[in-house]
Amino acid sequence: MPQTITEKILAAHAGRESVAPGELVTAQIDMALANDITAPIAIELFEKSQTPSVFDREKIALVPDHFVPNKDIRSATQVQIMRRFAKKYGIKYFFELGQMGIEHVLLPEQGLVLPGDVVVGADSHTCTYGALGAFATGLGSTDIAAAMITGEVWLKVPESMKLTYQGERQAWVTGKDLILYTIGDIGVDGARYKAMEFVGEAIEALSISDRMTMTNMAIEAGAKSGIMAPDQVALDYVRPRSNRSFQSHHSDPDALYEQERVYDVSEIEPQVAFPHLPENARPVSEVGTVPIDQAVIGSCTNGRIEDLRVAAQVLKGRTIARHVRLIVIPATPSIYRQALAEGLLEVFLAAGGIVSPPTCGPCLGGFMGILGPGERAVATTNRNFVGRMGHATSEVYLANPAVAAASAVLGRIGSPEAL
Amino acid sequence: MILEGTVWKFGDNVDTDVIIPATYLVTTDYGELGKHCMEGLDPTFSEKVRPGDMIVAGKNFGCGSSREHAPMAIKGAGIACVLAESFARIFFRNAFNMGLTIFEAPNVSEAVQAGDQLSVNQDTGEIMDHTTGKRFLANPIPPFMQGLIEAGGLMSYVLKQRQG
Repeated sequence: MPQTITEKILAAHAGRESVAPGELVTAQIDMALANDITAPIAIELFEKSQTPSVFDREKIALVPDHFVPNKDIRSATQVQIMRRFAKKYGIKYFFELGQMGIEHVLLPEQGLVLPGDVVVGADSHTCTYGALGAFATGLGSTDIAAAMITGEVWLKVPESMKLTYQGERQAWVTGKDLILYTIGDIGVDGARYKAMEFVGEAIEALSISDRMTMTNMAIEAGAKSGIMAPDQVALDYVRPRSNRSFQSHHSDPDALYEQERVYDVSEIEPQVAFPHLPENARPVSEVGTVPIDQAVIGSCTNGRIEDLRVAAQVLKGRTIARHVRLIVIPATPSIYRQALAEGLLEVFLAAGGIVSPPTCGPCLGGFMGILGPGERAVATTNRNFVGRMGHATSEVYLANPAVAAASAVLGRIGSPEAL
Repeated sequence: MILEGTVWKFGDNVDTDVIIPATYLVTTDYGELGKHCMEGLDPTFSEKVRPGDMIVAGKNFGCGSSREHAPMAIKGAGIACVLAESFARIFFRNAFNMGLTIFEAPNVSEAVQAGDQLSVNQDTGEIMDHTTGKRFLANPIPPFMQGLIEAGGLMSYVLKQRQG
């Protein structure tokens, strides 16, 4: 029976020859993940179950990243719960401040996710790891508590959508623009319960960083997962980072898809998603005059070194508009050090921006850049819901790092071409 | 069991950030989360809502984050049941795990108005609008999830399986 990459991975983890969409399977997991918002609930449930040990102390990752460095006493208490649990059960991958970064950037960087893996995380953007050819999906804390006991998860095999990207990208067009364009096309529930499989020459031409930006935002179309076949680029990324063996899977040529769409990327401009849904994507040339108070460059979507390089390329030798606040957030300590070594942080500071330690911070309205009433931000983050970055009357416009950087200089949303 | 309550209406794509803004995700206390439930859409919601009231919404309810604080906040506010055209998948799964009664109920969001008196049969999915006299039938709960409910939730299910 012909199968998609998603079906093959789930079959392999369920001890089956093949699986079909709609079937319920119990899959062995390679990694269970939780953060400082979701782990405390999972830990409480785990402790209540009086289970003597976790299923595998090397297959659980606890990453305090949302409100870290602790923004207040209560968030500090949540991280204490994680720290004590990690110590008590010998959890290998608990990341203390200094090692910790934004979870979905950190885990691939540390070689903790490999092609063919099944990863479940108590964070909706767990789908990021699909860029490496893994099946990865977000769940709630209770599911992670159960997974920490059993090493398994129950899943309904999703239908797959095949999204093909052809042609060559225009200047300043990144993975962010391709995914915003796609969400604009299918809507925020256009892939509800489905696996979004991204294929085509334009995907193969993307860096791992840009690929992760795309799979990261599969959830913004309602998807269960986003996935890309592991090619040489993916293998070159994972091999130096891990000694663990893995299996690459690829969709059969005659695999069945729930739907197929083809995009010519040469027709796609940099995109800007207007409030208050990621589906409100428009080409940057059609944005009009939208003055901004703040620009945020970072997050699990766009906080990697490649993102910072693009932003610095735009900002080099320029100064941001006087009334604009620019916040740059390298996603992990090693990205921070790399940006420092390459002189990128100097560019951001010289332009009038500020550099934050790694954190999810403002993306979800946590801290480090909360918007006041009526304020407007352009952000390289993933959600622009009502009140997402602060006050209920504030607004978030989603864009790629080049557009966010250019907008900080312009004082309004615009393309680097407008500088 | 039959639930009865007054309807609070919301639209499509009600996201987890408006259900419970992230700034409040430093507690797991139902009552405290409930005080901020729906704050992004209606800042006085938690003051107005009464125990047993129901939420009726459009498509893709609960989209966004995986935070279980969202169903916790809804329960904490006293809401007995959420009826929507469709639910985002993580919220759907979390609601069952947190013991919040939800039903996918086609056509309900169009026909039911805020303030209507509704009764919902939790076992059969039959919905009655006592204000208008209209009746609806919710989509059946998937059998596996029904099994989870009967086992007392996912954790009880998992622990029973391990003992068995």
